[in-house]
Amino acid sequence: MNFWKDPIQVTADWLMSLFTGWGMAEGLANILINLLGIVILITIMLVIDILLVWIERKVVARFQDRLGPNRVGPFGLIQPFADIIKLFIKENITPVGVDKVVYNLAPILSVFSVLILWAIIPLAPQILGVDLNVGLLYLVAAGAIGTLSIIMAGWSSNNKFALLGAFRQVAAMISYEIPMVVALLIPTVLAGTMGMLGISQAQQGMWYVFLSPLGALIFLISAVAELGRAPFDLSEGESEVVAGFHIEYSGMKFGWFYAGELLHAFTFGGFWGILFFGGYHFFGLENWGPLVAAAIVLFKALIGYWVIMWIKYTLMRIRIDHMLAFNWKFLVPLSLVVLMVTALLNTILRDASTWILGLSMFLSNALIAWITIEILRSRSRKERENAEGLAQPTMEAAQH
Amino acid sequence: MTILFLITAVVILASAVMVVSSRNLVHAALWLVSALFGVAVLYALLDAGFMAVVQVVIYIGAIAILFIFAVMLTRREMRDTGPGLNKNWWVSAVMSILTFGGLAYLLSSWSGFSQTSADIPVGFDAVTALGEALISPDAFVLPFEVASVMLVAALVGAVYIAFNPRIGDTRK
Repeated sequence: MNFWKDPIQVTADWLMSLFTGWGMAEGLANILINLLGIVILITIMLVIDILLVWIERKVVARFQDRLGPNRVGPFGLIQPFADIIKLFIKENITPVGVDKVVYNLAPILSVFSVLILWAIIPLAPQILGVDLNVGLLYLVAAGAIGTLSIIMAGWSSNNKFALLGAFRQVAAMISYEIPMVVALLIPTVLAGTMGMLGISQAQQGMWYVFLSPLGALIFLISAVAELGRAPFDLSEGESEVVAGFHIEYSGMKFGWFYAGELLHAFTFGGFWGILFFGGYHFFGLENWGPLVAAAIVLFKALIGYWVIMWIKYTLMRIRIDHMLAFNWKFLVPLSLVVLMVTALLNTILRDASTWILGLSMFLSNALIAWITIEILRSRSRKERENAEGLAQPTMEAAQH
Repeated sequence: MTILFLITAVVILASAVMVVSSRNLVHAALWLVSALFGVAVLYALLDAGFMAVVQVVIYIGAIAILFIFAVMLTRREMRDTGPGLNKNWWVSAVMSILTFGGLAYLLSSWSGFSQTSADIPVGFDAVTALGEALISPDAFVLPFEVASVMLVAALVGAVYIAFNPRIGDTRK
């Protein structure tokens, strides 16, 4: 077997022969190799995370017409390492009155809930942690642990602002979980499996973003809400609750929340790429080998991350009642309609060719989008007329 | 496998004891999360991946979070000051010992207790089988639909209780 064909298996076999050559039992060697794989994957993700700090700062600078970090190293590339050294040598403050165990556990759980997601991401057919047949539910379950970490941080900090920020964030995360789950069901229906590898393979002919552009959009919106990034970053608010749930954290404890948030955004960019943009498929380029395929997935994750940043640095924070109304009155019904139409068309056109299926799916999505926009337009017209009708007499009264 | 099971069982039992003995209500809820997570690990050890993930999504992601919310929003002082036991403690002790003894007796006389599980055939997809069982008429379609109707009824009831007709339209 060639290293370039299947690097993980070749390395594992080599390590196995090495360990058993040292006289180690096969079972123990197997556990050790798996542990090594986990450690290497987590290390790679955390190193990427360091670079994400640089990317985030550089991109936000461009969006705000600034230069960003440009002093330390070429293009400021060494800046994040300086930041990390700073975070490490900061004093580790534990405020009076915090619930120590819960307080220290929260940042760990926050990063943990992101890192476990990489267990199911198929970087290539041969490079993936595990091909769970309930992969998408696993994604939701990891989000549940993230929610728990936020509420633990907010409560244990013994700070009103932290608790309020955590409440807001958790309310947003719980309610936006529903359109997200429904949007996740669309690739499931199309691919006929919840496994991430199966969904990637099923997109060889056509990316799901063409079959279900609305599904991709709903997933992106609910992912941004799940991340707690702008415009849904209600837990922050300099004039109301300051930094929200991580207000009492300093040094590397805050660093873990920050790292977790960036990696979470990157990971959801990756999920967006895998679920709707073909995974490791990229015009046949993935046939060059698993390492190229992994590079394609990471590239798509970066594109998704860039879109999330684009949204974050372009839109303003919205009010909590607007946010919840947007979710319950708009996203949830829309996602349910899209799911039903997708499932129905998928069943009716089961035997049709890919192109007919793709075209009818796309047209049905366009139709749903058009009807939605028309309904919204008529509603807003009615509300505007109502508001003008109410405003008219008071203006006349003011003139008299 | 056995070692993993024993560790998980110890964690679940210790967390369960902490749920009832913890003075701080939020700590009790967090110990409950730990116990429920242990149950999810048990499901995973039994090759029931779907049940394990659903356990985490529903019990930790929804129910435990709601517990914590309810506790935080209803009590000002989240610390229980009274004695942990009341004068009826011996009744519950007897009841729990009887229940445990009865279950242990039933299980020890059950023929399936000492059997090892059959190997799962290659290519068997438990999720597909579960999904087909839930919607096939000769399996569980009726209980499944009844459960859905009950959930809808609960949702409508919650909206009815929360809806205040005097406030009505909040936009004005």
